[in-house]
Amino acid sequence: MIVYGVALLSACLILGMLIGELLGVALGVQANVGGVGTAMLFLVLASNSDKFKALVDGASGTGIQFWSAMYIPIVVAMAARQNVVAAFEGGMLAVVAGVAAVIVSFALVPVISKIGNSGTTSEESQ
Amino acid sequence: MEILETVFVRNSLVVAFAVVGLTIWISYFLADKLTKGRIHGSAIAIALGLLAAYFGGKATGGSTGVADITLLGGIGLMGGGMMRDFAIVATAFGVKLSELKKAGLAGVVSIFAGVIVSFVVGALVAVLYGYTDPVAVTTIGAGAVTYIVGPVTGSALGADSDIIALSVAAGLIKSILVMIVTPMVAKTIGLNNPQSAMVFGGLMGTTSGVAAGLAATDPKLVPYGAMTATFYTGVGCLLGPSILFFIVNAIL
Repeated sequence: MIVYGVALLSACLILGMLIGELLGVALGVQANVGGVGTAMLFLVLASNSDKFKALVDGASGTGIQFWSAMYIPIVVAMAARQNVVAAFEGGMLAVVAGVAAVIVSFALVPVISKIGNSGTTSEESQ
Repeated sequence: MEILETVFVRNSLVVAFAVVGLTIWISYFLADKLTKGRIHGSAIAIALGLLAAYFGGKATGGSTGVADITLLGGIGLMGGGMMRDFAIVATAFGVKLSELKKAGLAGVVSIFAGVIVSFVVGALVAVLYGYTDPVAVTTIGAGAVTYIVGPVTGSALGADSDIIALSVAAGLIKSILVMIVTPMVAKTIGLNNPQSAMVFGGLMGTTSGVAAGLAATDPKLVPYGAMTATFYTGVGCLLGPSILFFIVNAIL
């Protein structure tokens, strides 16, 4: 049943969000700490486990795949509802700060990826 | 006209599906014919979405782009946080645990490095523009982290509302830029495997930016980048009003 997959996906999201909120409260921050990431982890675990086979195989799996495929359309809708006007009316300071942060962050991607790669190759050689 | 409006408003989410579907069809057509597939169709669709959001915001004076236009209200629901998170989690279906473990350490490092680097850059720009008040500098720096960390930090520190607005603007610029630039620089920065996607998500942190940027680069990388990116805002909200503020306060 398609709905089993959708229900599993929903359960993962809600559980992850609850943990994210609790983590936020525990750390004293007004934000959900990694709720979505935790939910993704639950879904990865469930889809790699035998216990949940009935909820992720066959038709049930297509219920999850449908939402996965709807991801890009949803992102397009998300782009269409951004406050683009406010972003550009923030003035030059906002533009410079945003642009500079992006440039420096992009430049760091290959640097930090290398840390990870050297780490894994040493692990694999051990 | 009135009948049209009634039908569109009553079925707003369905209208959104149709409008977004049409936009994506046009985008893939343009990507194929005009750029011969060099620019990904979804990159064009996202750019069209942002452009529409600009004109929607200009026309209505609202804060949610196209979604403020009555006939297109459903876009707000379809592109809102709930649907976005639901679809992002769904992309994790089929992700291999081993890939996650491989980039585990680099992923965690990237989240902290990303928050700190963006904060420092934002704070430096604020200082260059003549701000000397530690609260203002911290809030603008936090805005360069994400547009959520900015106001959270600002209100925790009691910053003025115009400074908070500025921090949100800086975060929005960052998010929009990541959406547009990621597919262009993906090759140069080696963004072509799950590990670098996790590092990328952790460094950029803006969930919407990372989500859209990776979608336009290679949809297979989306879950890896999104996984780390969703921890970034939490870490930013944790560090912004605390350690980072103390450091700024000590320096200025």
